[in-house]
Amino acid sequence: MIEIVAPGPYATVQDLGRPGYAHLGVPRSGAADAPSLRLANRLVGNPESAAGIELTFGGAVLRFGVNAWIALAGAPCPVEAGRRPAGMCAPVWVPQGGTVNVGAPREGLRTYVAVRGGIAVEPVLGSRSTDSLSGLGPPVLRAGTVLPVGDAGPQAAIRVDSAVQGPFSPGPSVRVVLGPRADWFAPDAADTLRAGPYEVATETNRVGVRLRGAALERAREGEIPSEGMPLGAVQVPPDGRPIVFLADHPTTGGYPVIGVVAARDVPLVAQLRPGDRLWFRPVPGRGVRT
Amino acid sequence: MTIRRAGEHALLVETGSPAVAHRLDALLRADRPAHVEEIVPGQETVLVVAPDADQERLESRLAGLLASAAAAGPREDEAGAAAGTVEIPVVYDGEDLESVAALTGLGADDVIALHAGSEFVVGWLGFAPGFAYLLGLDPRLHVPRLDAPRTSVPPGSVAIAGPYSAVYPSASPGGWRLLGRTDLRVWDVAADPPAKLPPGTRVRFVP
Repeated sequence: MIEIVAPGPYATVQDLGRPGYAHLGVPRSGAADAPSLRLANRLVGNPESAAGIELTFGGAVLRFGVNAWIALAGAPCPVEAGRRPAGMCAPVWVPQGGTVNVGAPREGLRTYVAVRGGIAVEPVLGSRSTDSLSGLGPPVLRAGTVLPVGDAGPQAAIRVDSAVQGPFSPGPSVRVVLGPRADWFAPDAADTLRAGPYEVATETNRVGVRLRGAALERAREGEIPSEGMPLGAVQVPPDGRPIVFLADHPTTGGYPVIGVVAARDVPLVAQLRPGDRLWFRPVPGRGVRT
Repeated sequence: MTIRRAGEHALLVETGSPAVAHRLDALLRADRPAHVEEIVPGQETVLVVAPDADQERLESRLAGLLASAAAAGPREDEAGAAAGTVEIPVVYDGEDLESVAALTGLGADDVIALHAGSEFVVGWLGFAPGFAYLLGLDPRLHVPRLDAPRTSVPPGSVAIAGPYSAVYPSASPGGWRLLGRTDLRVWDVAADPPAKLPPGTRVRFVP
Protein backbone atom coordinates (compact mmCIF):
# COMPACT_ATOMS: atom_id res chain seq x y z
CA MET A 1 0.00 0.00 0.00
CA ILE A 2 0.93 3.64 -0.40
CA GLU A 3 0.39 6.17 2.37
CA ILE A 4 -0.24 9.74 1.29
CA VAL A 5 1.96 11.71 3.70
CA ALA A 6 1.14 14.93 1.85
CA PRO A 7 -1.09 15.16 -1.24
CA GLY A 8 0.12 18.55 -2.47
CA PRO A 9 -2.46 21.17 -3.46
CA TYR A 10 -4.91 18.64 -4.97
CA ALA A 11 -4.49 14.98 -5.78
CA THR A 12 -6.85 12.22 -6.86
CA VAL A 13 -6.81 8.65 -8.11
CA GLN A 14 -7.43 8.52 -11.87
CA ASP A 15 -7.63 5.90 -14.58
CA LEU A 16 -9.17 6.38 -18.03
CA GLY A 17 -12.61 7.10 -16.58
CA ARG A 18 -16.08 5.61 -16.90
CA PRO A 19 -17.27 6.01 -20.50
CA GLY A 20 -20.70 4.75 -21.51
CA TYR A 21 -22.82 6.38 -18.81
CA ALA A 22 -23.12 9.95 -20.10
CA HIS A 23 -26.82 9.42 -20.93
CA LEU A 24 -27.37 8.74 -17.22
CA GLY A 25 -25.68 12.00 -16.23
CA VAL A 26 -22.34 10.40 -15.33
CA PRO A 27 -19.28 12.39 -16.48
CA ARG A 28 -16.53 10.38 -18.12
CA SER A 29 -13.89 11.64 -15.66
CA GLY A 30 -10.46 9.94 -15.84
CA ALA A 31 -7.00 11.49 -16.15
CA ALA A 32 -7.24 15.09 -17.36
CA ASP A 33 -4.06 14.53 -19.39
CA ALA A 34 -4.71 10.93 -20.41
CA PRO A 35 -1.60 10.47 -22.61
CA SER A 36 0.64 11.23 -19.62
CA LEU A 37 -1.11 8.64 -17.42
CA ARG A 38 -0.88 6.12 -20.26
CA LEU A 39 2.84 6.80 -20.64
CA ALA A 40 3.50 6.44 -16.91
CA ASN A 41 1.62 3.13 -16.92
CA ARG A 42 3.54 1.79 -19.92
CA LEU A 43 6.83 2.60 -18.22
CA VAL A 44 6.03 0.23 -15.34
CA GLY A 45 4.53 -2.45 -17.58
CA ASN A 46 0.93 -1.71 -16.59
CA PRO A 47 -2.05 -1.73 -18.90
CA GLU A 48 -2.50 1.90 -19.97
CA SER A 49 -5.86 1.92 -18.23
CA ALA A 50 -4.46 1.19 -14.75
CA ALA A 51 -5.26 3.69 -12.02
CA GLY A 52 -2.54 6.08 -10.90
CA ILE A 53 -2.32 9.27 -8.89
CA GLU A 54 -2.96 12.63 -10.54
CA LEU A 55 -1.08 15.41 -8.75
CA THR A 56 -2.00 19.04 -9.30
CA PHE A 57 1.02 21.31 -9.00
CA GLY A 58 3.12 18.48 -7.53
CA GLY A 59 4.11 18.86 -3.92
CA ALA A 60 3.33 15.34 -2.75
CA VAL A 61 5.02 12.97 -0.32
CA LEU A 62 4.22 9.26 -0.67
CA ARG A 63 5.38 6.50 1.67
CA PHE A 64 5.50 2.98 0.27
CA GLY A 65 4.51 0.03 2.44
CA VAL A 66 5.55 -2.36 -0.32
CA ASN A 67 8.38 -2.73 -2.79
CA ALA A 68 7.27 -0.91 -5.88
CA TRP A 69 8.19 0.13 -9.38
CA ILE A 70 6.84 3.58 -10.07
CA ALA A 71 7.04 6.09 -12.92
CA LEU A 72 6.06 9.73 -13.16
CA ALA A 73 4.93 11.48 -16.33
CA GLY A 74 3.19 14.71 -17.18
CA ALA A 75 4.23 18.07 -15.72
CA PRO A 76 7.96 17.61 -14.93
CA CYS A 77 8.75 17.85 -11.23
CA PRO A 78 11.90 17.29 -9.21
CA VAL A 79 11.55 13.79 -7.73
CA GLU A 80 13.38 12.11 -4.88
CA ALA A 81 12.96 8.43 -4.14
CA GLY A 82 14.51 7.50 -0.81
CA ARG A 83 16.50 10.79 -0.74
CA ARG A 84 18.02 10.05 -4.13
CA PRO A 85 17.17 12.15 -7.13
CA ALA A 86 15.01 10.26 -9.59
CA GLY A 87 13.89 11.14 -13.08
CA MET A 88 10.60 11.78 -14.75
CA CYS A 89 9.43 9.34 -17.41
CA ALA A 90 11.53 6.46 -16.14
CA PRO A 91 10.85 3.39 -14.03
CA VAL A 92 12.03 4.01 -10.45
CA TRP A 93 12.50 1.31 -7.83
CA VAL A 94 11.13 2.19 -4.40
CA PRO A 95 11.94 -0.28 -1.62
CA GLN A 96 9.40 -1.09 1.06
CA GLY A 97 9.39 1.74 3.59
CA GLY A 98 10.76 4.19 1.05
CA THR A 99 9.44 7.69 0.60
CA VAL A 100 8.94 9.55 -2.66
CA ASN A 101 9.03 13.34 -2.63
CA VAL A 102 7.61 15.22 -5.57
CA GLY A 103 8.40 18.94 -5.84
CA ALA A 104 6.56 21.64 -7.75
CA PRO A 105 6.53 21.27 -11.55
CA ARG A 106 8.87 23.44 -13.61
CA GLU A 107 6.17 23.68 -16.25
CA GLY A 108 2.70 22.26 -16.73
CA LEU A 109 0.16 21.51 -14.02
CA ARG A 110 -0.64 17.81 -13.65
CA THR A 111 1.80 15.00 -12.91
CA TYR A 112 0.91 11.31 -12.93
CA VAL A 113 2.37 8.69 -10.63
CA ALA A 114 1.93 5.14 -11.90
CA VAL A 115 2.79 2.16 -9.75
CA ARG A 116 3.31 -1.34 -11.12
CA GLY A 117 0.11 -3.25 -10.38
CA GLY A 118 -1.97 -0.07 -10.34
CA ILE A 119 -3.82 1.66 -7.52
CA ALA A 120 -6.40 -0.90 -6.45
CA VAL A 121 -9.17 1.10 -4.79
CA GLU A 122 -12.67 -0.29 -5.34
CA PRO A 123 -13.99 0.64 -8.80
CA VAL A 124 -17.32 2.46 -9.16
CA LEU A 125 -19.17 1.89 -12.45
CA GLY A 126 -16.04 0.29 -13.84
CA SER A 127 -13.59 3.04 -12.93
CA ARG A 128 -11.36 4.03 -10.02
CA SER A 129 -11.39 7.69 -10.99
CA THR A 130 -12.46 10.43 -8.62
CA ASP A 131 -15.08 12.50 -10.38
CA SER A 132 -14.81 15.95 -8.86
CA LEU A 133 -18.17 17.03 -10.30
CA SER A 134 -20.40 14.17 -9.17
CA GLY A 135 -18.39 12.76 -6.26
CA LEU A 136 -18.26 9.26 -7.77
CA GLY A 137 -15.14 7.23 -7.07
CA PRO A 138 -12.66 7.43 -4.21
CA PRO A 139 -12.41 10.59 -2.11
CA VAL A 140 -9.88 13.30 -2.93
CA LEU A 141 -6.52 12.30 -1.40
CA ARG A 142 -5.64 13.72 2.01
CA ALA A 143 -2.70 13.34 4.35
CA GLY A 144 -3.14 9.89 5.86
CA THR A 145 -5.05 8.33 2.96
CA VAL A 146 -3.84 4.78 2.35
CA LEU A 147 -4.09 3.39 -1.18
CA PRO A 148 -3.88 -0.34 -1.94
CA VAL A 149 -1.57 -1.45 -4.74
CA GLY A 150 -2.76 -4.17 -7.11
CA ASP A 151 -0.98 -7.42 -7.83
CA ALA A 152 1.14 -7.06 -10.95
CA GLY A 153 0.68 -10.78 -11.61
CA PRO A 154 1.80 -11.96 -15.03
CA GLN A 155 1.68 -8.51 -16.62
CA ALA A 156 4.28 -7.16 -19.03
CA ALA A 157 7.92 -6.87 -17.99
CA ILE A 158 9.47 -3.44 -17.60
CA ARG A 159 11.47 -3.04 -20.80
CA VAL A 160 12.14 0.67 -21.16
CA ASP A 161 14.67 2.74 -19.21
CA SER A 162 13.25 6.14 -19.97
CA ALA A 163 10.94 7.96 -22.34
CA VAL A 164 10.82 11.43 -23.78
CA GLN A 165 7.79 13.65 -23.61
CA GLY A 166 7.25 16.95 -25.34
CA PRO A 167 7.59 20.32 -23.59
CA PHE A 168 4.60 21.77 -21.76
CA SER A 169 4.13 25.11 -23.40
CA PRO A 170 2.72 27.90 -21.25
CA GLY A 171 1.29 29.41 -24.45
CA PRO A 172 0.16 26.63 -26.78
CA SER A 173 -1.73 26.92 -30.00
CA VAL A 174 -4.91 24.87 -29.66
CA ARG A 175 -6.99 23.69 -32.60
CA VAL A 176 -10.74 24.15 -32.29
CA VAL A 177 -13.21 22.52 -34.63
CA LEU A 178 -15.97 25.10 -35.04
CA GLY A 179 -19.50 24.00 -34.17
CA PRO A 180 -21.93 22.61 -33.23
CA ARG A 181 -23.35 26.02 -32.27
CA ALA A 182 -21.00 28.46 -34.00
CA ASP A 183 -24.12 29.91 -35.66
CA TRP A 184 -25.26 31.25 -32.27
CA PHE A 185 -22.38 33.73 -32.37
CA ALA A 186 -21.71 36.92 -34.28
CA PRO A 187 -20.03 36.36 -37.67
CA ASP A 188 -16.72 37.74 -36.38
CA ALA A 189 -16.66 35.54 -33.26
CA ALA A 190 -14.32 33.00 -34.89
CA ASP A 191 -11.92 35.86 -35.67
CA THR A 192 -12.15 37.08 -32.08
CA LEU A 193 -11.39 33.56 -30.89
CA ARG A 194 -8.43 33.31 -33.29
CA ALA A 195 -7.01 36.73 -32.39
CA GLY A 196 -6.56 35.81 -28.71
CA PRO A 197 -4.71 35.22 -26.56
CA TYR A 198 -6.89 33.90 -23.76
CA GLU A 199 -5.55 33.66 -20.23
CA VAL A 200 -6.35 30.82 -17.85
CA ALA A 201 -8.35 32.09 -14.87
CA THR A 202 -7.85 30.89 -11.32
CA GLU A 203 -11.30 29.21 -11.24
CA THR A 204 -9.92 26.29 -13.21
CA ASN A 205 -10.23 22.65 -12.25
CA ARG A 206 -10.89 19.17 -13.62
CA VAL A 207 -14.33 20.24 -14.83
CA GLY A 208 -13.08 23.00 -17.07
CA VAL A 209 -10.60 25.75 -17.81
CA ARG A 210 -12.09 29.20 -17.50
CA LEU A 211 -10.56 31.77 -19.80
CA ARG A 212 -10.19 35.53 -19.68
CA GLY A 213 -9.92 37.50 -22.88
CA ALA A 214 -12.03 39.05 -25.58
CA ALA A 215 -15.72 38.22 -25.08
CA LEU A 216 -17.36 36.23 -27.86
CA GLU A 217 -20.39 38.11 -29.03
CA ARG A 218 -23.63 36.23 -29.51
CA ALA A 219 -25.92 36.53 -32.51
CA ARG A 220 -28.80 34.94 -30.55
CA GLU A 221 -29.84 35.41 -26.96
CA GLY A 222 -31.14 32.82 -24.54
CA GLU A 223 -30.17 29.26 -23.78
CA ILE A 224 -30.14 26.22 -26.00
CA PRO A 225 -32.43 23.38 -24.89
CA SER A 226 -30.05 21.18 -22.89
CA GLU A 227 -27.85 19.07 -25.13
CA GLY A 228 -24.98 16.62 -24.76
CA MET A 229 -21.51 18.08 -24.28
CA PRO A 230 -18.34 16.45 -25.66
CA LEU A 231 -14.89 16.55 -24.07
CA GLY A 232 -13.05 19.71 -25.11
CA ALA A 233 -16.26 21.65 -25.76
CA VAL A 234 -15.68 25.41 -25.74
CA GLN A 235 -18.82 26.50 -23.98
CA VAL A 236 -19.68 30.16 -23.84
CA PRO A 237 -21.77 31.46 -20.92
CA PRO A 238 -23.61 34.79 -21.19
CA ASP A 239 -20.53 36.82 -20.20
CA GLY A 240 -18.89 35.70 -23.48
CA ARG A 241 -15.77 34.25 -21.80
CA PRO A 242 -15.16 30.70 -23.01
CA ILE A 243 -14.77 27.63 -20.80
CA VAL A 244 -12.98 24.55 -22.15
CA PHE A 245 -14.48 21.35 -20.75
CA LEU A 246 -12.08 18.79 -19.29
CA ALA A 247 -12.56 15.23 -17.98
CA ASP A 248 -15.17 15.92 -15.26
CA HIS A 249 -17.36 18.15 -17.43
CA PRO A 250 -21.16 17.95 -17.08
CA THR A 251 -22.78 15.59 -19.57
CA THR A 252 -25.43 18.07 -20.74
CA GLY A 253 -25.66 21.85 -20.75
CA GLY A 254 -27.57 24.80 -22.14
CA TYR A 255 -24.87 27.30 -23.09
CA PRO A 256 -23.89 27.25 -26.76
CA VAL A 257 -20.66 25.50 -27.78
CA ILE A 258 -18.78 27.54 -30.38
CA GLY A 259 -16.28 24.78 -31.04
CA VAL A 260 -14.61 21.68 -29.69
CA VAL A 261 -10.89 21.44 -28.98
CA ALA A 262 -9.17 18.82 -31.15
CA ALA A 263 -8.73 15.60 -29.19
CA ARG A 264 -4.94 15.72 -29.34
CA ASP A 265 -4.91 19.25 -27.94
CA VAL A 266 -7.18 18.63 -24.93
CA PRO A 267 -4.20 17.38 -22.84
CA LEU A 268 -2.32 20.61 -23.66
CA VAL A 269 -5.21 22.59 -22.20
CA ALA A 270 -5.34 20.28 -19.16
CA GLN A 271 -1.70 21.16 -18.44
CA LEU A 272 -2.23 24.94 -18.39
CA ARG A 273 -1.83 26.78 -15.11
CA PRO A 274 -3.79 29.82 -14.01
CA GLY A 275 -2.09 32.79 -15.69
CA ASP A 276 -0.89 30.75 -18.70
CA ARG A 277 -2.15 31.84 -22.09
CA LEU A 278 -3.39 29.98 -25.10
CA TRP A 279 -4.10 30.76 -28.72
CA PHE A 280 -7.05 29.14 -30.44
CA ARG A 281 -6.71 28.03 -34.03
CA PRO A 282 -10.26 27.59 -35.34
CA VAL A 283 -10.62 25.06 -38.12
CA PRO A 284 -13.81 24.42 -40.09
CA GLY A 285 -16.17 21.72 -38.89
CA ARG A 286 -15.13 19.18 -41.53
CA GLY A 287 -12.51 17.28 -39.60
CA VAL A 288 -8.97 17.86 -38.46
CA ARG A 289 -5.89 16.23 -39.88
CA THR A 290 -3.33 15.21 -37.31
CA MET B 1 -33.48 18.31 -38.58
CA THR B 2 -29.73 18.61 -38.93
CA ILE B 3 -26.62 16.64 -38.04
CA ARG B 4 -23.84 18.87 -36.77
CA ARG B 5 -20.17 18.16 -36.12
CA ALA B 6 -19.30 18.42 -32.44
CA GLY B 7 -15.53 18.21 -32.75
CA GLU B 8 -13.55 15.46 -34.42
CA HIS B 9 -15.16 12.63 -32.51
CA ALA B 10 -18.83 13.44 -32.06
CA LEU B 11 -21.95 14.32 -34.01
CA LEU B 12 -24.91 16.23 -32.64
CA VAL B 13 -28.21 15.15 -34.19
CA GLU B 14 -31.02 17.68 -33.99
CA THR B 15 -34.30 15.82 -33.73
CA GLY B 16 -36.81 18.65 -33.37
CA SER B 17 -38.61 16.96 -30.47
CA PRO B 18 -37.93 14.85 -27.38
CA ALA B 19 -39.96 11.96 -28.83
CA VAL B 20 -37.82 11.71 -31.96
CA ALA B 21 -34.69 12.01 -29.79
CA HIS B 22 -35.88 9.09 -27.66
CA ARG B 23 -36.75 6.99 -30.67
CA LEU B 24 -33.34 7.66 -32.24
CA ASP B 25 -31.70 6.83 -28.89
CA ALA B 26 -33.61 3.53 -28.79
CA LEU B 27 -32.69 2.69 -32.40
CA LEU B 28 -29.00 3.40 -31.72
CA ARG B 29 -28.98 1.28 -28.56
CA ALA B 30 -30.78 -1.62 -30.26
CA ASP B 31 -28.26 -1.71 -33.11
CA ARG B 32 -25.23 0.27 -31.98
CA PRO B 33 -22.97 1.41 -34.83
CA ALA B 34 -19.32 0.37 -34.50
CA HIS B 35 -17.09 2.42 -32.17
CA VAL B 36 -19.93 4.41 -30.58
CA GLU B 37 -18.91 5.22 -27.00
CA GLU B 38 -21.70 7.51 -25.85
CA ILE B 39 -25.27 8.17 -26.96
CA VAL B 40 -26.49 11.24 -25.06
CA PRO B 41 -30.04 12.46 -25.57
CA GLY B 42 -30.71 16.13 -24.90
CA GLN B 43 -34.06 17.87 -25.02
CA GLU B 44 -34.25 17.86 -28.83
CA THR B 45 -30.90 16.35 -29.74
CA VAL B 46 -28.81 13.20 -29.50
CA LEU B 47 -25.03 13.53 -29.13
CA VAL B 48 -23.18 10.52 -30.53
CA VAL B 49 -19.56 10.21 -29.43
CA ALA B 50 -17.43 7.79 -31.45
CA PRO B 51 -13.69 8.62 -31.37
CA ASP B 52 -12.62 5.70 -33.55
CA ALA B 53 -15.43 5.84 -36.10
CA ASP B 54 -15.29 7.21 -39.63
CA GLN B 55 -17.35 10.35 -38.96
CA GLU B 56 -18.70 10.64 -42.51
CA ARG B 57 -19.90 7.06 -42.55
CA LEU B 58 -21.42 7.49 -39.08
CA GLU B 59 -23.13 10.65 -40.27
CA SER B 60 -24.86 8.89 -43.15
CA ARG B 61 -25.89 6.03 -40.86
CA LEU B 62 -27.34 8.55 -38.39
CA ALA B 63 -29.19 10.34 -41.19
CA GLY B 64 -30.92 7.08 -42.08
CA LEU B 65 -31.83 6.30 -38.49
CA LEU B 66 -33.04 9.86 -37.95
CA ALA B 67 -35.36 9.53 -40.94
CA SER B 68 -36.82 6.32 -39.47
CA ALA B 69 -37.17 7.92 -36.03
CA ALA B 70 -38.87 10.99 -37.48
CA ALA B 71 -41.21 9.00 -39.74
CA ALA B 72 -43.17 7.84 -36.71
CA GLY B 73 -44.03 11.45 -35.87
CA PRO B 74 -43.57 13.35 -32.65
CA ARG B 75 -45.66 11.00 -30.48
CA GLU B 76 -44.00 9.71 -27.34
CA ASP B 77 -45.88 6.39 -27.12
CA GLU B 78 -43.44 3.96 -28.74
CA ALA B 79 -40.32 5.50 -27.27
CA GLY B 80 -41.95 5.39 -23.86
CA ALA B 81 -42.92 1.78 -24.39
CA ALA B 82 -39.30 0.91 -25.19
CA ALA B 83 -37.95 2.53 -22.05
CA GLY B 84 -40.81 1.40 -19.81
CA THR B 85 -43.02 3.09 -17.24
CA VAL B 86 -42.09 3.77 -13.63
CA GLU B 87 -44.55 4.65 -10.87
CA ILE B 88 -43.02 6.73 -8.12
CA PRO B 89 -44.78 6.70 -4.73
CA VAL B 90 -44.71 10.16 -3.18
CA VAL B 91 -45.43 11.61 0.22
CA TYR B 92 -46.47 15.17 -0.64
CA ASP B 93 -45.15 17.05 2.39
CA GLY B 94 -42.47 19.19 0.70
CA GLU B 95 -41.21 22.40 2.24
CA ASP B 96 -42.19 24.42 -0.83
CA LEU B 97 -45.73 23.11 -1.27
CA GLU B 98 -47.17 26.28 0.25
CA SER B 99 -44.96 28.64 -1.77
CA VAL B 100 -45.89 26.81 -4.99
CA ALA B 101 -49.55 27.12 -4.02
CA ALA B 102 -49.07 30.84 -3.41
CA LEU B 103 -47.17 31.37 -6.69
CA THR B 104 -49.77 29.54 -8.74
CA GLY B 105 -52.83 30.78 -6.93
CA LEU B 106 -53.87 27.18 -6.33
CA GLY B 107 -54.52 25.30 -3.13
CA ALA B 108 -51.90 22.80 -1.91
CA ASP B 109 -54.32 19.97 -2.71
CA ASP B 110 -54.67 21.23 -6.28
CA VAL B 111 -50.87 21.40 -6.64
CA ILE B 112 -50.64 17.77 -5.54
CA ALA B 113 -53.49 16.70 -7.80
CA LEU B 114 -51.97 18.42 -10.85
CA HIS B 115 -48.49 16.99 -10.19
CA ALA B 116 -49.78 13.47 -9.59
CA GLY B 117 -52.10 13.84 -12.59
CA SER B 118 -49.33 14.82 -15.03
CA GLU B 119 -47.99 12.23 -17.48
CA PHE B 120 -44.22 12.65 -17.42
CA VAL B 121 -41.50 11.37 -19.70
CA VAL B 122 -37.79 11.52 -18.95
CA GLY B 123 -36.33 14.03 -21.39
CA TRP B 124 -32.65 13.70 -20.57
CA LEU B 125 -30.30 13.41 -17.60
CA GLY B 126 -27.79 15.93 -16.32
CA PHE B 127 -26.82 18.04 -13.31
CA ALA B 128 -25.93 14.90 -11.35
CA PRO B 129 -25.74 11.15 -12.01
CA GLY B 130 -29.31 9.84 -12.25
CA PHE B 131 -30.90 13.31 -12.27
CA ALA B 132 -33.70 13.00 -14.84
CA TYR B 133 -35.41 16.06 -16.29
CA LEU B 134 -39.09 15.07 -16.46
CA LEU B 135 -41.14 16.68 -19.22
CA GLY B 136 -44.91 16.99 -19.07
CA LEU B 137 -45.53 19.13 -16.00
CA ASP B 138 -48.95 20.78 -16.07
CA PRO B 139 -48.37 24.40 -17.25
CA ARG B 140 -50.26 25.70 -14.21
CA LEU B 141 -47.35 24.42 -12.08
CA HIS B 142 -44.56 26.18 -13.96
CA VAL B 143 -42.83 28.20 -11.23
CA PRO B 144 -39.37 29.79 -11.06
CA ARG B 145 -36.49 28.26 -9.11
CA LEU B 146 -35.76 29.46 -5.61
CA ASP B 147 -33.91 32.78 -5.46
CA ALA B 148 -31.34 31.19 -3.16
CA PRO B 149 -30.67 27.48 -3.75
CA ARG B 150 -30.55 25.16 -0.76
CA THR B 151 -27.06 23.98 0.11
CA SER B 152 -28.31 20.43 0.53
CA VAL B 153 -31.43 18.72 -0.76
CA PRO B 154 -32.01 15.18 0.53
CA PRO B 155 -32.06 12.27 -1.94
CA GLY B 156 -35.57 11.26 -2.96
CA SER B 157 -36.86 14.82 -2.90
CA VAL B 158 -39.56 15.35 -5.53
CA ALA B 159 -39.28 18.84 -6.96
CA ILE B 160 -40.35 21.17 -9.75
CA ALA B 161 -38.80 24.16 -11.54
CA GLY B 162 -39.89 25.85 -14.76
CA PRO B 163 -41.48 23.24 -17.04
CA TYR B 164 -39.71 20.32 -15.33
CA SER B 165 -40.08 17.95 -12.43
CA ALA B 166 -37.36 15.72 -10.97
CA VAL B 167 -36.43 13.34 -8.18
CA TYR B 168 -33.10 14.22 -6.55
CA PRO B 169 -30.97 11.08 -6.96
CA SER B 170 -28.48 11.93 -4.22
CA ALA B 171 -27.88 14.67 -1.68
CA SER B 172 -26.85 17.83 -3.52
CA PRO B 173 -27.35 21.57 -3.53
CA GLY B 174 -30.52 22.50 -5.37
CA GLY B 175 -32.75 25.39 -6.32
CA TRP B 176 -35.89 23.49 -7.29
CA ARG B 177 -39.08 23.72 -5.24
CA LEU B 178 -39.73 20.66 -3.11
CA LEU B 179 -43.21 19.13 -3.29
CA GLY B 180 -42.56 15.86 -1.49
CA ARG B 181 -40.32 12.81 -1.17
CA THR B 182 -40.12 9.21 -2.31
CA ASP B 183 -38.43 6.11 -0.92
CA LEU B 184 -37.81 4.85 -4.44
CA ARG B 185 -34.09 4.96 -5.19
CA VAL B 186 -33.66 6.44 -8.64
CA TRP B 187 -29.85 6.14 -8.48
CA ASP B 188 -27.81 3.21 -7.17
CA VAL B 189 -24.23 2.63 -8.35
CA ALA B 190 -24.53 -1.04 -7.37
CA ALA B 191 -27.54 -1.59 -9.64
CA ASP B 192 -27.39 -2.33 -13.36
CA PRO B 193 -28.32 0.04 -14.86
CA PRO B 194 -27.54 2.47 -12.01
CA ALA B 195 -30.27 4.93 -13.03
CA LYS B 196 -33.93 3.95 -12.75
CA LEU B 197 -35.08 6.73 -15.08
CA PRO B 198 -33.18 6.63 -18.39
CA PRO B 199 -34.27 8.95 -21.23
CA GLY B 200 -37.67 8.07 -22.66
CA THR B 201 -39.01 6.45 -19.49
CA ARG B 202 -42.60 7.35 -18.71
CA VAL B 203 -43.17 8.40 -15.12
CA ARG B 204 -46.22 8.81 -12.92
CA PHE B 205 -46.20 10.06 -9.36
CA VAL B 206 -48.55 8.21 -7.03
CA PRO B 207 -49.64 9.96 -3.80
